[in-house]
Amino acid sequence: MLTNLFDGIAYGMLLFVMASGLSVTLGLMNLINLAHGAFAMAGGYITVALVNQAGVPFFAALPLAFVLSALIGLVMERTLYVHVYRKTHLEQVMFSIGHVFMAMSAVSFVMGSEQKFITIPAFLDARYEVLGVSMGAYRLLIVAVCGVLAATLQYVVARTRFGAQLRAAVDDPVVARGLGINVDVVFAATFAVGSGLAGLGGALGANLLGLDPTFPVKYLIYFLIVVAVGGSSGMTGPLVAAVLLGIADVSGKYYLPQFGSFMIYLFMIVVLLWRPQGLFARAGGR
Amino acid sequence: MSAHEAHLAAASKALRDVSRVKPVEILFWLAALATFFGLPDQYLLLNEVVITGLFALSLDLVIGYGGIVSLGHAAFFGFGCYAAGLLTKFGVPDPILGLVLTAGMTALLGFVTSFLVLRGSDLTRIMVTLSVGVLLGEIANRLPDLTGGADGLQGVAPGLLLGRFEFDIFGQVAYGYSLAVTFILFVIARRFVFSPFGWSIRAVKQNALRASSIGIHVNRRLVVVYTLAAAYAGVAGALLAQTTSFVSLDVLAFHRSADLLLILILGGTGYLYGGLVGALLFKIVQDFLSNLTPEYWEFWIGLILVSLVMIGRERIVAVPMLLWRRLRGASA
Repeated sequence: MLTNLFDGIAYGMLLFVMASGLSVTLGLMNLINLAHGAFAMAGGYITVALVNQAGVPFFAALPLAFVLSALIGLVMERTLYVHVYRKTHLEQVMFSIGHVFMAMSAVSFVMGSEQKFITIPAFLDARYEVLGVSMGAYRLLIVAVCGVLAATLQYVVARTRFGAQLRAAVDDPVVARGLGINVDVVFAATFAVGSGLAGLGGALGANLLGLDPTFPVKYLIYFLIVVAVGGSSGMTGPLVAAVLLGIADVSGKYYLPQFGSFMIYLFMIVVLLWRPQGLFARAGGR
Repeated sequence: MSAHEAHLAAASKALRDVSRVKPVEILFWLAALATFFGLPDQYLLLNEVVITGLFALSLDLVIGYGGIVSLGHAAFFGFGCYAAGLLTKFGVPDPILGLVLTAGMTALLGFVTSFLVLRGSDLTRIMVTLSVGVLLGEIANRLPDLTGGADGLQGVAPGLLLGRFEFDIFGQVAYGYSLAVTFILFVIARRFVFSPFGWSIRAVKQNALRASSIGIHVNRRLVVVYTLAAAYAGVAGALLAQTTSFVSLDVLAFHRSADLLLILILGGTGYLYGGLVGALLFKIVQDFLSNLTPEYWEFWIGLILVSLVMIGRERIVAVPMLLWRRLRGASA
């Protein structure tokens, strides 16, 4: 049982890292971006190409996955998404669905449509028994990396000058501009870092979640749940939401396999009805 | 006549002018009728187009009139498919009766779920509709005894249409049936949106706060339009199940809701014909693209969506519209 709990936490941390960018762009900036999973997929496939085909060591490929996904995100933000911020929600939905369709076809064209696995170093296959809990080394790595990232994110958003600028720009772009904050740069940087984190999450999670061209659609609901349930109160809400979701999903599939993902969807509907602004809504936020 | 009465008269004349049947509409339906007699080897394809058109019409009621962005409209379509398929298989072979019962059941589902979309922002609505869609898909997948699971529901064999016509393999009866049902439902929808009630729904879409301040019960309007649209989508699904004798899990898939959105946007929202026009355009584009690149045609669909948003649909439509006006101006 504790093993399930641990696996669920690892899974949830992974979801958090992948969805953290979305919780800012969608949860705070109010951009309905259904294509966030495409950046996670990009990170996963970049790592597959680097590790399996180019022979780059796994631990060197992870930062590269982050940087390259962030670059893709930056370019797309500057060329395309920057025009979409002010469009209607219907147009944002259409735009991002179009982006997902293009990404899925492009990936299956270049990499093939079958599921890919990243060759990970052998020592990550090890398992440890601690107090009766069986923990895989790979999942331990995920928990460690994602934990550090979560703490860093929380620190950046809540304590640094950039975080303050971001919060100001999100709350009221006009006034933020008046105060001399370069809102465009702040948004672009946020979008890029969010895409990079998604890419890193995709790289870390490829073997756990199953990497194939349908990835952005398959995990779309999960990302949306993290954002919707997490609300817009900084990074703690999404983290709690993601870990709860991970635990619920893993143990749900283990103990009640006949229900599949049923419970998760039902849970999401109930939460949205109960608290349309998310479980951890912030007073005065949009 | 007092000034007040003059205003009233002018207003009601303006409303009547908008709702009058235009010659181009009669032409549209005559053309649709002509396809039934003129294109006998395309019945199966046309049947699919007209069903998709009806399905898109129902989404138009939700988005174009109700202003609710839905990403899970396939839920009602798929529910209608399964309901009609199961009815046909277990006891109600008559297609028309099956259609009416399905419409009733989907309307009930729409009514119940409509309360989920009343609250919250666009984002909440998108997520709720999306979740309801995948939830139904998951249920259909988990009940293989009832739905046939991943194998699909097979052996849906409807009885004679109106006690007389048998569904043939060329799809003649099927297409005639779908076209007739779509036409009847279209006329009803047209009456509906040009009724005072329909105008009040448009007022809600434009500004819910102002609409409620002049005494329009906003939530009641949204519930009605959502329920009606659900019934329409259910009928479209029922037509598909009855005319193709098969229901697969694919009818509840996410891409169906997404494609439908594209169809509606291609055709245009808020004037009822958008769904039918879009369905035809989509089919032509899809055929063309899947001949070009069979496996990767979705890439081009995505590109169309992205360009529609980036360039703006108005600007794309504006060019032919301008030409049309020039032509009319020149001829008049």
